[in-house]
Amino acid sequence: MDLTYTPDEEDFRARLREWLGTALPTLPPKPSPDDWPARRAYDLGWQRRLHDAGYADVHWDASPTTRLIFLEETEKAGAPYVGANFVGLLHAGPTIAAEGTDGQRARWLPPILRGEEVWCQGFSEPEAGSDLAALRTRAWRDGDHYVVTGSKIWTSHAEVADWCELLVRTDPSAPKHRGITWLALPMDTPGITVRPLRTLAGSAEFAEVFLDEVRVPLANRVGDENDGWRVTMVTLSFERGTAFAGEVVACRRVLTELALQARENGRWDDPALRRRLGRLNAEFRALWRLTQWNVSAAEASGGVPGAGGSVFKLRYSHARQELYDAAADVLGPDRLDLDRPWTLDRLSSLSYTIAAGTSQIQHSIVAERILGLPKGR
Amino acid sequence: MRFRLTDDQRALRDGVRQLLARRFDAEALRAAVRDPVRLDRALWRALGDAGFFALRLPEADGGVGLGLPEAVLVFEEAGRALLPGPLAATHLAAGAVPGAAEGETVVTAVDGGLAEWLTEADVVRGDTAGAVPLRSLDPLTPLHRVPGAAAAPDPVAVLLTAAEQLGTAVRVCELAAQHARAREQFGRPIGAFQAVAHLCAGMLVRAETARVAVYAAAVTADPADIAAARLLADEAAVHGARDCLQVHGGMGFTWESEVHLHLKRAWVRTQRAGGITESEELLAADLVAGTP
Ligand SMILES: Cc1cc2nc3c(=O)[nH]c(=O)nc-3n(C[C@H](O)[C@H](O)[C@H](O)COP(=O)(O)OP(=O)(O)OC[C@H]3O[C@@H](n4cnc5c(N)ncnc54)[C@H](O)[C@@H]3O)c2cc1C
Repeated sequence: MDLTYTPDEEDFRARLREWLGTALPTLPPKPSPDDWPARRAYDLGWQRRLHDAGYADVHWDASPTTRLIFLEETEKAGAPYVGANFVGLLHAGPTIAAEGTDGQRARWLPPILRGEEVWCQGFSEPEAGSDLAALRTRAWRDGDHYVVTGSKIWTSHAEVADWCELLVRTDPSAPKHRGITWLALPMDTPGITVRPLRTLAGSAEFAEVFLDEVRVPLANRVGDENDGWRVTMVTLSFERGTAFAGEVVACRRVLTELALQARENGRWDDPALRRRLGRLNAEFRALWRLTQWNVSAAEASGGVPGAGGSVFKLRYSHARQELYDAAADVLGPDRLDLDRPWTLDRLSSLSYTIAAGTSQIQHSIVAERILGLPKGR
Repeated sequence: MRFRLTDDQRALRDGVRQLLARRFDAEALRAAVRDPVRLDRALWRALGDAGFFALRLPEADGGVGLGLPEAVLVFEEAGRALLPGPLAATHLAAGAVPGAAEGETVVTAVDGGLAEWLTEADVVRGDTAGAVPLRSLDPLTPLHRVPGAAAAPDPVAVLLTAAEQLGTAVRVCELAAQHARAREQFGRPIGAFQAVAHLCAGMLVRAETARVAVYAAAVTADPADIAAARLLADEAAVHGARDCLQVHGGMGFTWESEVHLHLKRAWVRTQRAGGITESEELLAADLVAGTP
């Protein structure tokens, strides 16, 4: 067991840190959280700078450990989060890198890395959320195109996305996991309607997407026709496995800020609150170790994260909610003020036990895949 | 960074597991419960021969010359097997108390108002004046109440106790999953019922979180990491043992099943080496350390 990094890795860390020190002070001001086009521009602008400085390929080409250092250092320095680039950088991109053809990789990966194209995820449907394989959006062949009709829901960033990783049913007569196909859909294709949905935090960060005879080239299929469920498992393993690693570092920063704030406003004298923050310190230290553990396992097994991602996701999503509940306790009456950042964070933390597979679904995955319990209903 | 067991560490863990399976199997456990005040000296010496107590002593001093990471692996196995005796106290005394390293001398220590295995121990560290026996909740840990102020806990004792708790957390999760696969009700294994499956999954998540916390603390030896490991391991062991009992139904409530022994031992360990409050306060102070 070794928690030290190699000289090469430390070298990478030092160079990145130095670059962040010069790059961050020159960032433009953060746009308002409600202004999605401005947020898109901001997030892409940051990605572009990472690219130009030679850090963009860290998401696919570098070793998992290098990626971890990247996430750790950028979060520690308070650099912008992936934001609108979330899907592209953290799971559509890695899926294409793992499952796409050379031509597909050449077409889709560089624009994600250069901060030119935003991706969204069109998996969930009104009648297929937890039961994702029950999806009904249909696609049939017409010459060298698929024709797609159906609807998707909860599609994050759909309004500002250029591409969508889309799951469609290509064989309705096959068992439900067998007839699914993974497509890359250009969001400017005729027949697509995006209707924003307002979240409980007040913003419109996800949407409904309606697809009416939308034509998608056959060449946009990743993996074989009807083999989309297997490709989806790759996507989900990235989504649950490594995508949240940087956030743990951010949570540790928030926790320290909470403690300092509590000392300022006198809440620190309450032993119950102090001990609660102490326990959260234990929790986030362990979540960081879990991240390092999973990264080491991925490195040993050659890339795609395993069911360990579900263990992490379960624990992290609950810890994040506890963190912001504790923040409310530190804030006192200010906890009801939407202009306090922790108030908004507390609201958005409520999605963590739902998005990317609910805690109930993750528990079932752990029970079946790790503990070998029989499949239940 | 390679945060995984090395081949040597894996071999050490497997070796200890095999030794304990041979020397302290289910039958030996039952025998120990039947005759609870005696400590099995032959087993203690076998542990000594295997290097259990001398593990961290330098080779020049006749020890094995390994470190904290190896020690937590070995103590995890001890916890998993429910091995009785003042293991941590004797381990910590190796090199300082003659015979401790070899398993010839049983060493116990006064710890937070209690002392384990006082009458069986050859050497006691700490002041036992006024010690009074109590009827121990754990049939495999005889206890005395000892008056006097508690000394500050040794971080290594905290960590080794956390490692034992981890062993319990892992073991009860295994037991629960085994039972959930085998026991049938309503015509199917109870593990097919989500309420049961999710209970087991929760146990695994807590155990694996405790595992990384304990292992990392062994690598860094940082006091805050050790305090974190203790909190998570205590939680994983106690909560896990309770859930394991629930998964076993009525059978789990019997003296015959070993589940209660795990829970009782886990409770005993939460009283060792400073309490939960102390660890939480240490971790709170760590958050504001360095800022006036
Ligand atoms: C903020 C946010 C962003 C999202 N972004 C995207 C996105 O970009 N793209 C995308 O495709 N999707 C996205 N989603 C959708 C998300 O993946 C689904 O909401 C999630 O998988 C749950 O599906 P559902 O909402 O239909 O709930 P349901 O499946 O209807 O579940 C409702 C409740 O029933 C429980 N439940 C359902 N089935 C079972 C079962 N078998 N066992 C036990 N309990 C069960 C669930 O745990 C939950 O508590 C997003 C969701 C949120 C909240």
